[in-house]
Amino acid sequence: MFDHILRSNAARHFEIELASHCGFSSNNLGVTPVSTSTATGDDKKANRRATEDSSSVKRDRRARRMRLLILAPPLAFVLLLFVYPALELLWRSFTDPESGFGNYVRIATDPVVSTVIVRTVIMAAIVTVTSVVIAYPYAHLMSIATDRWRMVLTAVVLIPLWTSLMARTFAWIVLLQNDGPVSGLFELFGFGPVTLLGTTPGVVIAMAQVMLPFVVMPMYTNMKAIDLRLLDASRSLGAKPFTVFRKIYLPLSFPGIASGATLVLVLSLGFYVTPALIGTPQNSMFGQYIAVQINELVAFGYAGALAVALIAVTLILLGGVRIATKTKMSDSQSSIGGR
Amino acid sequence: MEKPSFGRSFLIAFSALVAAWLVVPTLIVIPISFTGESSFAFPPQSWSLDYYKNFFSDPRWLNSLFNSLLIALVAMTIATVLGTMAAYGLSIATFRGKPAAHQLFLGPLIMPSIVVAVATYLIFLQWHLVGTLLGFIVIHAILGIPFVVTNVTTALSSFDYNLERAAAILGASRFKTFMQVTLPIIRPGIVAGALFAFVISFDEVVVSLFIQSPMLQTLPVRMYASVAEEVDPTISAASTIVLAVSAPLLLLANTRTKRKTKKSEVSHA
Repeated sequence: MFDHILRSNAARHFEIELASHCGFSSNNLGVTPVSTSTATGDDKKANRRATEDSSSVKRDRRARRMRLLILAPPLAFVLLLFVYPALELLWRSFTDPESGFGNYVRIATDPVVSTVIVRTVIMAAIVTVTSVVIAYPYAHLMSIATDRWRMVLTAVVLIPLWTSLMARTFAWIVLLQNDGPVSGLFELFGFGPVTLLGTTPGVVIAMAQVMLPFVVMPMYTNMKAIDLRLLDASRSLGAKPFTVFRKIYLPLSFPGIASGATLVLVLSLGFYVTPALIGTPQNSMFGQYIAVQINELVAFGYAGALAVALIAVTLILLGGVRIATKTKMSDSQSSIGGR
Repeated sequence: MEKPSFGRSFLIAFSALVAAWLVVPTLIVIPISFTGESSFAFPPQSWSLDYYKNFFSDPRWLNSLFNSLLIALVAMTIATVLGTMAAYGLSIATFRGKPAAHQLFLGPLIMPSIVVAVATYLIFLQWHLVGTLLGFIVIHAILGIPFVVTNVTTALSSFDYNLERAAAILGASRFKTFMQVTLPIIRPGIVAGALFAFVISFDEVVVSLFIQSPMLQTLPVRMYASVAEEVDPTISAASTIVLAVSAPLLLLANTRTKRKTKKSEVSHA
């Protein structure tokens, strides 16, 4: 699963959040390229100025070669164990079981594949909407809370990322089982016993939980920057609370929603462990479908083509979201500016 | 600060519910692991240490824990050395493909793990690395490298390269300069990256599921099997043990980055 990405991204968000808090993030981000480029520029200039004999030029060249030499071992490691396997898989998708585009034709024509793709995209969309709706009030509270409470709320939202994936999945199985605590909670409110384990709502509840940091953090960063005096101004001009929210706060917080939602949408597509253990084979997602090709059919060529398709779907969705949010954002901006 | 447009008390109540939803699944495995019953009914009616006894007496569970710890330690070491070299090399090198090289080191993080798993399995079958310690170690190191690169790059971004030149002018060799000047300054970033790399390996399940063999399993793989195939309640004890190992390390990694942030803030002030 995408678990490790989540963790690092959230950690980075957290860091950025902390950094901007300390007011040095621009420093932190800006200094590197400038200082390194001037350093090397100075090096060259100094070398040229001091002596123009060949020994210093040679030394300069040797230093540069040594810098590349430091990069060689990690580069070789990643090329051998990450890039080469990926390329080999890609190659297989065109040659196994026979050379040509057979695997891709099969993906394009097999109704099972399109069902799985549609199901995966719908699932990702449901998870995205759920996380956005849940994260919005939470992020808002974070943006208006005192410093100490903000630290608490931030720590809480990062806890799922810090929890081992298997421990978390096991916990959800216990919580969602028939006659389990969540079902009991529903009964308490008079909804009767509900079946969640092995159903789509169950998978959504478990997936949205670990996705929450990715919507909360960008939303919070965005909301923190909203000038709350705008709300006072519109209220003093006689706007009702709901109108203030709909016409001022919501449009202004849209960029945070957009970046958070994009992140969740993309990450959700690749989920494997959560849907495999909490869902059922009947509502399997893309990752599970790829795994079945390997585990049960040992069809590496077809699995490779499916991997390409998964990445393609991700990029298409990413592009679509980007275009959609761009128009939406300029819309909301112009509508605010026009008033 | 008051915003009557949202009912403030509703907002707080809602957020408290969300907080419970975020925290409860992490904490619930702890009481369940001490249950005296054979089912996972919650809350437990009686208490016992049975599942821990199971865990520490069953060689399959115990071996998987040792495998996980060993693999995570070695993978962390490789990822930390190579990741630091990569971040440092990228920060001082000037060549056209530099941004691409940086992206390359983050690749294992960006690629969906199921795709990494299938590609790795394909190659490991050819190289006879399936079900070997070496196989687990190298692929976990690959997955840890992005975290080391990210953390060390951040640490290097506030590093003053004039210090290196000063050392060079005073006659220190390139290697000596790095070991005695650069390394001590960027150490918090390296340590944070190393801690992340350890936890990533210790938790990794998707790639491990493909390259495991019945003879060689890591703890998360064992846990996966105990949920998917046989329902072995010992997993509740295993979950608690995993939490006990990884949570303090992640906490440490995060305070490390925080302290580093504070320190560099001071140096910039």
